Amino acid sequence: MSEHATLKIWRGLDANAGRWETYEVPFEAGQSVLDGLRWIRVNCDPTLAIRFSCINANACKECMIELDGETVYACTARLQPRKMTLAPLSNKKLLRDLVTEIAPPTERFTNS
Amino acid sequence: MTQEPLRAETDVLVIGSGAAGMYAAIEAASKGCQVLLADRSLIGRGGATVMAQMTVAVALGSETADHWSYHYSDTLTAGRGLCNEPLAQLLCEEGPDCIRTMDGWGVGWARKDGRITQAMAPGHDRPRCVYVDFLNTGPAVSKTLRTIVNKSNGIRKTGDLCVVDLLHNKGDVVGAAALHLGSGTPVIVLAKATILATGGLTRLFRRNSASANMGGDGYALALRAGACLVDMEFVQFFPIGHLAPRLIGMDPIMWDPFRYKLGGRLLNNRMEEFTQHYGVAEDGKYVITRDVGSYAILKEVEAGRGSPHGGVYLSFQHCPERALREAFGPVIDRLATNGIDLTKMPIEVAPIAHYHMGGIVSDAKMQTDLPGLFAAGEAVGGANGANRLSGNAITEALVFGRRAGRSAADYVKRLRASPDHAENAHKAIALIAANAPSSNFNTAEMQLTLQKTMQDNVGALRSGPKIAAAIDKIDHLTDEIGHTPPSDGNRFDMRRIDWFDLRNMLLVSRVVAEAALARTETRGAHQREDHPHLSPDWALNQTVALQNASIELSGGPRDTAVAAS
Repeated sequence: MSEHATLKIWRGLDANAGRWETYEVPFEAGQSVLDGLRWIRVNCDPTLAIRFSCINANACKECMIELDGETVYACTARLQPRKMTLAPLSNKKLLRDLVTEIAPPTERFTNS
Repeated sequence: MTQEPLRAETDVLVIGSGAAGMYAAIEAASKGCQVLLADRSLIGRGGATVMAQMTVAVALGSETADHWSYHYSDTLTAGRGLCNEPLAQLLCEEGPDCIRTMDGWGVGWARKDGRITQAMAPGHDRPRCVYVDFLNTGPAVSKTLRTIVNKSNGIRKTGDLCVVDLLHNKGDVVGAAALHLGSGTPVIVLAKATILATGGLTRLFRRNSASANMGGDGYALALRAGACLVDMEFVQFFPIGHLAPRLIGMDPIMWDPFRYKLGGRLLNNRMEEFTQHYGVAEDGKYVITRDVGSYAILKEVEAGRGSPHGGVYLSFQHCPERALREAFGPVIDRLATNGIDLTKMPIEVAPIAHYHMGGIVSDAKMQTDLPGLFAAGEAVGGANGANRLSGNAITEALVFGRRAGRSAADYVKRLRASPDHAENAHKAIALIAANAPSSNFNTAEMQLTLQKTMQDNVGALRSGPKIAAAIDKIDHLTDEIGHTPPSDGNRFDMRRIDWFDLRNMLLVSRVVAEAALARTETRGAHQREDHPHLSPDWALNQTVALQNASIELSGGPRDTAVAAS
């Protein structure tokens, strides 16, 4: 039987009023958590909001999330064949689902 | 959505914050301009620059005597007769100055006995490539430029800005309309000059070495605004992209530096070297150019001599562990955490989309066909012809970025008045705020479908029927997405963001496919199985423009014959 990772993911636009959704993701040794999130977007739910740029190289540093309460890069955290709980960074302003406002204040849009 | 658009005004709008965009911003600001530096992602962290692993080609002559004209000659040879010579000359001639400036800014080029080290790379006549150890060239270049951007007066920055269309007024480009991802609100930026530093289009292909924001958006923006593109059929496939075992936290082009320093052996599934059957015997050295390498690997796979995951083997098993450690230090430990011991096993590699030779038609001042619009870096078409020489991409980003910043500043000084109006602002805002409520297609799946189609049919090995089938698929997907983005009315609406990406990706894919279908020969990175030889009739550059929303190619042999008659 093929193995699965069970990803329990925080969803929502309001940090105080979110919900948890759970997805079964096919597990292949060596995959990253980001691989699992991208699989969900293609195969289950394209509305899942995630932030990443470099995909695999751990160069852009955009894919920071909380995995089982620990801050990780989704691109270097390994997917595992177990239940994994994914939440947005709790110390940053929530934008949506796993996406938070991570840009420094001087790199955000302002009317001018 | 009915939100009031956010607004900004600036002298120079720079779209894209890789090396080209940041250098353009620094240069324009140093000439006294107010600059707005915008990016889809974070400033100075997305794009292709940060992904660069090692080589930056430049005729410094720090260890071996060199002159820019030798670098220029190698660039033209690699380009298989199609380089835009003034652009190639600019790249080679101004490269040394940009590299020394970066050195002064503290980028940390690798040195030996006080001299900047220059590595030998395929296609060069002498050691010419500077780098930052270990596999750190891109991050170091990005970080250095971010620091200078932050120190510069007059540069404002904004990430999370997805540019949807360029704005124009009476034929001049006067800024851009964008979707602000963080709020879901339309944005209007009025600018005296606009610089497209959006990089290439490697995201159009399923296997690529690019960031997620390299979907050819700058090419689509330029086309829709009325500018021309050139050489769009020439996509460089990097032959030895990492394939297996699965490796995380590493860039798939990482084996390039390994080959520069250690040689390595390319093997088929009989554990035999094979490149000699394609005209290049390597003998443990790294000499095969990217176009020949990709061709040789794909042909071995096609003949049933590929590795289990559909590539070939690359082996460093003949290298002593001490040599591996000396060359790559901490990288060897990162490989170990991925279960890879190079002294005991080969890895599997296969061609991946890496760079786009084509791009926006620009002169040596980076001025496009449209007043007020400039291009920089990989977005510029032509300098590298049909095949880019190893190491020219970062050099081009720096040189063209600086030149674009300077030219935009000159243009701004000549303008009498600031733009206060854009003819298409209302239309752009309406599109950005539009909502197709009934659409329920899966945008992420459609992107993957497009990437697979392009990889399989318009990739490193092409044929007329395969390309024609891709065009059908592209048309089908284009019909499916329609003219209006889906929207749930909230911020960071992924389907809406995907839709705007698809709008650009589909247009640019179609352009690449049509240009590839028209070019009935094999030259450099464009390899046609049904036209396997170089044709002297095709020593020409095809250009592309949009006429009433349809793609018009010109510059092929037929047009040239008509023009001559």
